[in-house]
Amino acid sequence: MHNFDYHRPTSLADAAKRLSGEAKLVAGGMTLIPTLKQRLAQPSSLVDLGGIAELRGIKPEGGGLTIGAMTTHAEVAHSAEVKKTIPALAVLAEGIGDPQVRNRGTIGGSISNNDPAADYPAGLVALGATVITDKRRIAADDFFKGMFETALQDGEIVTAVSFPRPDKAAYMKFPNPASRYAMVGVFVARTGGGIRVAVTGAGPGVFRATEMEKALAGNFSADAIKSVKIPAAGLNSDMHGSAEYRAHLVNVMARRAVTACS
Amino acid sequence: MPTASMTVNGKAVSGEVESRTLLVQFIRDKLGLTGTHVGCDTSQCGACVVHVNGKSVKSCTLLAVQAEGAKVTTIEGLANGGDLHPMQAAFRENHGLQCGFCTPGMVMSALDLVQQIPDPNEQQVREWLEGNICRCTGYQNIVKAIQAGAKAMRS
Repeated sequence: MHNFDYHRPTSLADAAKRLSGEAKLVAGGMTLIPTLKQRLAQPSSLVDLGGIAELRGIKPEGGGLTIGAMTTHAEVAHSAEVKKTIPALAVLAEGIGDPQVRNRGTIGGSISNNDPAADYPAGLVALGATVITDKRRIAADDFFKGMFETALQDGEIVTAVSFPRPDKAAYMKFPNPASRYAMVGVFVARTGGGIRVAVTGAGPGVFRATEMEKALAGNFSADAIKSVKIPAAGLNSDMHGSAEYRAHLVNVMARRAVTACS
Repeated sequence: MPTASMTVNGKAVSGEVESRTLLVQFIRDKLGLTGTHVGCDTSQCGACVVHVNGKSVKSCTLLAVQAEGAKVTTIEGLANGGDLHPMQAAFRENHGLQCGFCTPGMVMSALDLVQQIPDPNEQQVREWLEGNICRCTGYQNIVKAIQAGAKAMRS
């Protein structure tokens, strides 16, 4: 790992000031530190968000939940508030990586990195969440831009994610047996704004399965989407599975999620 | 050069480090506590698991400066003089190791599980060990050891 300057600010304003040049933010570091070890990134400085108390915590708000960016996956998974309001989100968090990764990894870090096989992007998109930064509010549909890309501008810091409460929701993933990243993960949510189906792991970034959403709007049952085919074109193909295999898995995981929601 | 100061196994320690120094390097190379192992160095195998502020983490994926002010417990902090911690004793009694390389991480990980679930069933132990890899035992006796260690800790 190349060396860098390290800063641990205690306020958001301080953190923003440090973000100049080739500085990079570090949240839990579960992706960034391995990336630095491989010298795939060479920031001049790291700005650690771990010392900013206001970025942590889970609050009920407007019937839904607001989760601070530095809240760990383990905290989300074990939160009584999350289990009560959006149990599917607790299940999602409990399925990320392994216990030690969940003790360090954070929701803000995960969504800012936007790994195409990460779990949270599916949860945010399906639930119609809003990403809150130090500058603005961004709808999840507009936040995720494709492989490792987000709507975040240089120097913009995710501070929290706000989730409305769904009527019902479920997340089903087929984890890669070694990494636990999603080969395919499907989050289905029935909300006041309709039914939303978000898919992670299958494509270059999270996407909504709109044909499934339409079919489910008329008949919310696993049978209603059994014949809805996801085109394999453009899906990920690698040593773990072909695009066709992933397309098939999307349908299987979606039906399981719908069954879990009904 | 930055300084890292923390409490390790109840003792205040401090040392000059580079920003890029990993917590595991600090523990092993600066403090000489070589019970914490580096197996894969890619956050997968769990041989480097220690507790930071009571929670199990992979010390190869944490910078020493990130543990500033933290309470760190390593495998060396468990035994009471010559008396092994009940979880360590359970690993010995149940043949929960062969070569022993993964054992410090296994024990530290197991203790975090027992904090959360004092009486874990087999399935819970196996799921918890997702981040700890053993290439000798096939896990059977590790699972037995953790359940026995948990039982000993309850009594």
